[in-house]
Amino acid sequence: MTHTRRVRIELTFKFIIYLILCAGSIIFLLPFLWMVSTSLKPASQVMVYPPRWIPHPIMWINYIKGWTTLPFTLYLENTCIITFSVIAGTLFTASLAAYSFSRLRWPGRDIVFVITLATLMLPSQVTMIPVFLMFRDVGWLDTFKPLTVGAWLGGGAVNIFLIRQFMMTIPVELEEAARLDGCSTFGIYWRIVMPQLKTCLAVVAIFTFLATWNDFMGPLIYLTTPDKYTLALGLQFFQGHYGVTMHYLMAVSLIVMAPCLLLFFLAQKLFVTGIALVGIKG
Amino acid sequence: MNGNSIFKSRMAKREALEGLLFAAPLLLGLLIFTLYPVLDSLYISFTKYNIFTPPEFIGLQNYRNLVNDSLFWQSLRITTIYSVISVPLQLVAGFAVALLMNQKVRGITIFRTIYYLPSVVSGVAVSLLWVWIFNPDYGLANVMLRAAHLPTQKWLTDPRTALGSFIFMSLWGIGGGMIIYLAGLQGVPQHLYESASMDGANIYQKFRHVTLPMMTPVIFYNLVMGIIGSFQVFTQAFVMTSGGPANATLFYVLYLFRQAFNYFRMGYASAMAWVLFAIILALTLLVLKSSSAWVYYEGERKR
Repeated sequence: MTHTRRVRIELTFKFIIYLILCAGSIIFLLPFLWMVSTSLKPASQVMVYPPRWIPHPIMWINYIKGWTTLPFTLYLENTCIITFSVIAGTLFTASLAAYSFSRLRWPGRDIVFVITLATLMLPSQVTMIPVFLMFRDVGWLDTFKPLTVGAWLGGGAVNIFLIRQFMMTIPVELEEAARLDGCSTFGIYWRIVMPQLKTCLAVVAIFTFLATWNDFMGPLIYLTTPDKYTLALGLQFFQGHYGVTMHYLMAVSLIVMAPCLLLFFLAQKLFVTGIALVGIKG
Repeated sequence: MNGNSIFKSRMAKREALEGLLFAAPLLLGLLIFTLYPVLDSLYISFTKYNIFTPPEFIGLQNYRNLVNDSLFWQSLRITTIYSVISVPLQLVAGFAVALLMNQKVRGITIFRTIYYLPSVVSGVAVSLLWVWIFNPDYGLANVMLRAAHLPTQKWLTDPRTALGSFIFMSLWGIGGGMIIYLAGLQGVPQHLYESASMDGANIYQKFRHVTLPMMTPVIFYNLVMGIIGSFQVFTQAFVMTSGGPANATLFYVLYLFRQAFNYFRMGYASAMAWVLFAIILALTLLVLKSSSAWVYYEGERKR
């Protein structure tokens, strides 16, 4: 008797949880659905009340028209160049530093490591102005270099820390054996350690991609010629563009978001493990 | 000294050299992008500098001007209100959703995906989406209010509701915090619950005396990150309202950006940056100091 009662209570409990989760899901998804719906509407149906959730006719052409109003293909190229360079630089130099911190002994190493972590506390606004002036003095304003060169010089304290933590869990026997076989230090790093870091590097790459793809302040400060705009900058410019209405704006915004959403669906497991790694170890 | 120890010291020298070589990009980066700029920024904050003529040393004048700048106080007030409301809200909402997710319900991965989805998109595209959602005439927000027979709002176009709209929007992104809580919840050792059950603890008691204490390090992490993030809001404010209406959403970093790159008052903007740094540092230390009273670390896991 008590057993069946307990089962019944448990079932009701689960049902309530289910209901709450479903209701929440609808709320979280609605903005996306709203966006998709707007992006497919003919101009005459955008500003109407009550809204028509399923447009008629469905205007796929909005995506092409919106995309070609400004040179978005060019902005896409620029964004890809910057993002690719930042990811490559981050993976390479952050893992080099992490290797140095976790495997090699040199004087001052631990102090440098603490300083590196301390930079996490420093808001980027403090260094923003001197760094801007520096890039102006070397004539790099309105180029992609200010947006990428930092990634090739360390790649960020969080990433170094993450890769170092991950390296600490790898047993060193394989590296020692390679050393006895006469393998150079760089060879060990490149051929023995790096392949074992695949998961960790993938996590770093994903989060670096998202941050760079969506970065707005950097391009806003450094890029002035429209030919050099990134997607984020182009979108902002698009908003103020004459005669641009919501259906085009939503269509292009969706295209800009798409790679991030796609990446999430493809690498969902990595996302979850990666966040857990950052959250718990950080 | 025998041959062996000479060999060893030569090896150590070689290792030190290689260590420095491997860390060279980072060392260079620290010098060029952190150490030098920090010192330079401090110096600039004591000068009047419009980037076209050489900087002129004026001592503490920028900091004194800040005290009398009503827009500075406005931006600080706005940002503080935003932080004080949105950070705890996100903390509680994220934790609550994570608790629900931690139940063994079928299809939980689908829910996890949906709730996390908004957190993978950010920046200009999301800001534009929310501008449209908050449209007073045809936006989704008022569509929903009308459907529920509630009074519609002016959202971003009314100084009284603009900041609230930003806070509301920030709740869409609780998925990031939620995933971190979820990872923490799944790391709570099962035997603690079992022994609590054996002692006759009910659901609430288990939550209060097992889950909550075990989760305090994660809550602490999310709290610190939330505070730091909330003081650096920029893109949304720039894209959605450019600080308006009537400076109701003039976030601190937006005002700093304007001083630096619209008015070219680099000294003044640098002084603002240092004040921001001081605020973030003070708040972080405050939380850190309070943490010994409420953050629980398992003996052997204590760092």
